[in-house]
Amino acid sequence: MKFWKYAGKRLLQTIPLLIIVSLISFFIIRISPIDPLAELRLNPSISQETLDKEIKRLNLDKPIYVQYFSWAKSFVKGDLGYTSAGEKVSDKLKERIPNTLLLTLVVIFMTWSVGIPLGIAAAYKKESSFDRMLTVIASIGMAIPSFFFAILMLIFAVKTGWFPVGGLTSYNFNEMSFGSKIIDIARHLVLPSLVLFTISLSGLQRQMRANMLEVMDSDYIKFARAKGVSEFKVVFKHALRNAVNPMITLLGFEFAGLLSGAALTEYVFQYPGLGRLILEAVMKSDINLVMASLMMGTIMLIAGNLIADILLMITDPRLRTKG
Amino acid sequence: MEIIQKILKDKFAFTALIVLMILYVVILFADFIAPYSSTYSNRDMSYAPPSQIYMITEEGKWSLPYTYNYVREYEPALMQTIYKQDRGVKYYIKPFVKGEKYKLLGIIPCDRHLFGVRDGGYIYPLGTDINGRDVFSRLLFGGRISMTIGFLSLFIVFPIGLLYGGISGYFGGILDTIMMRFAEAIMAIPSFYLLIILAAILPSGMTSIQRFCLIVVILALIGWAGFARVVRGMVLSIKNEEFVQAAKTMGASNLRIILKHILPQTTSYVIIAMTLSVPSYILAESGLSFLGLGIQQPDASWGNMLKEAQEFTNILYRPWLLTPGFLIFIAVLSFNLLGDAIRDFLDPKSSGGK
Repeated sequence: MKFWKYAGKRLLQTIPLLIIVSLISFFIIRISPIDPLAELRLNPSISQETLDKEIKRLNLDKPIYVQYFSWAKSFVKGDLGYTSAGEKVSDKLKERIPNTLLLTLVVIFMTWSVGIPLGIAAAYKKESSFDRMLTVIASIGMAIPSFFFAILMLIFAVKTGWFPVGGLTSYNFNEMSFGSKIIDIARHLVLPSLVLFTISLSGLQRQMRANMLEVMDSDYIKFARAKGVSEFKVVFKHALRNAVNPMITLLGFEFAGLLSGAALTEYVFQYPGLGRLILEAVMKSDINLVMASLMMGTIMLIAGNLIADILLMITDPRLRTKG
Repeated sequence: MEIIQKILKDKFAFTALIVLMILYVVILFADFIAPYSSTYSNRDMSYAPPSQIYMITEEGKWSLPYTYNYVREYEPALMQTIYKQDRGVKYYIKPFVKGEKYKLLGIIPCDRHLFGVRDGGYIYPLGTDINGRDVFSRLLFGGRISMTIGFLSLFIVFPIGLLYGGISGYFGGILDTIMMRFAEAIMAIPSFYLLIILAAILPSGMTSIQRFCLIVVILALIGWAGFARVVRGMVLSIKNEEFVQAAKTMGASNLRIILKHILPQTTSYVIIAMTLSVPSYILAESGLSFLGLGIQQPDASWGNMLKEAQEFTNILYRPWLLTPGFLIFIAVLSFNLLGDAIRDFLDPKSSGGK
């Protein structure tokens, strides 16, 4: 019961957060001297009716706080307006968000399945040449600018021809069978996920190493060893469980970092994700799209943190008893 | 001075320190070291490859280093322009040649450059860009922006973060709740999304100095919230210590207690956070400029120089345009290694039971 109470409480806490975020982003965008409908006005395929509808929907002829409330009202209802190209913003988001989620989840899966074992190994053999080598590799991984690494990967793709250059699907994607569709997407995912993997791996590995070292130093591990528990059991049964808990909190942050980091990588690889969408929207000063994708990015980030908190609740019994 | 000894002992940190010192000296004397000014451009020489420097003549004899000029030719068979060396005239590379006038360190008028060739010759150690500008010279001038923007942002981030976190943690209660919700809201927006939006709403038609200052401010706006939160956490535990109670009973004002008694206790954390956060500002600026939202042409920054590497033909046939990326990498790596060493020294616990 306590678990649901906690989860519910955390969920309720996100509501004021979202309201503040929407206020901040709304006012940042409206302070700017950009006419939110400039692009729509210039687009000949947009009728005067649509324009009038937009002015009315956004209350552009009224003071700014009225504009905010009308925007918030339609946002809650799920009406996000139109892009400057005349498409529905909600359709655009529906198309892009799954792509970004796919990329992010693949990267998180990769970093966790490599970073955690490496962190454990480095901690177990601390100060060894293996540990030192990992530290050097980690420093290098952290220092490469994501977009630069992405460019290098593109050169690699073009020179070898092993991987497709950019995008998420090949041009003849629609004619493929289900199996080859999956292979096609996987092939397109290799390079962008490799870039993000390299960049986020180092932090995760180092953190895991630090946690593991701290736990291995604690009294109950010494006790377990003194009792004659096998080394394997000490590490994987006693130490690992406690060392992994802080990593779950980190999962939320990692999600946030990936959302931001992915924007540049998506841009270089022409990957159809949320990051590239917001970039294109910003460059075209497409206000509806910017506002909506900013909110979506924020919601995804908050959701990531929320999931991490709830997971932690499940894995760490101490949190449950404290309530 | 123990910390200097510690850095001298650590191989990586020491190398990093030397590399950073060299980088900063080079960008400080960029006008002198660069063979050309930041505004120099040779329209006939767009995308010229790096000048080949020879020490051995065609007859196989040793000689002072010299180079040949490139001549642009149109190759009808390939349907593109190519550069060929004009083997007719040798241009010797000489030290302290006369070149464009500049002011050394912004004050001393001077027209000598570290190296160069006589009139009529060109020396492009790292080739040229689309406008026929020397990539090597622009790297040095670009370094001035890329390597300082992080520090300038930090000087805004840290006072704001310290004061914000200090006030929030010290007063507590409803004020704390409101201030922290606001900081959390800033942190809840994916930082790069916020960064590009802020950069995109900058009005066009600013001078380059105005734009530079605004980019500094924008970078600072992104970073302060996370820092303020940590400071608040520290203040919460410090404010119950006896010396704070003592100051209170002696009638010190709240602001005085925060500034004089509480915040100085956070110094070592602040130093660690500062050195470790410089790289993220360098990366943020380069990312922003790479997208065309940061430092604008004709000013150079490592990020906006890499903008040209977005084109396939450039990255495949003109690899010298990628050099700024390696410099960003080297600078960030050095700051990270140095930051790690400083952290290990000031906060031995964090290095994991060494």
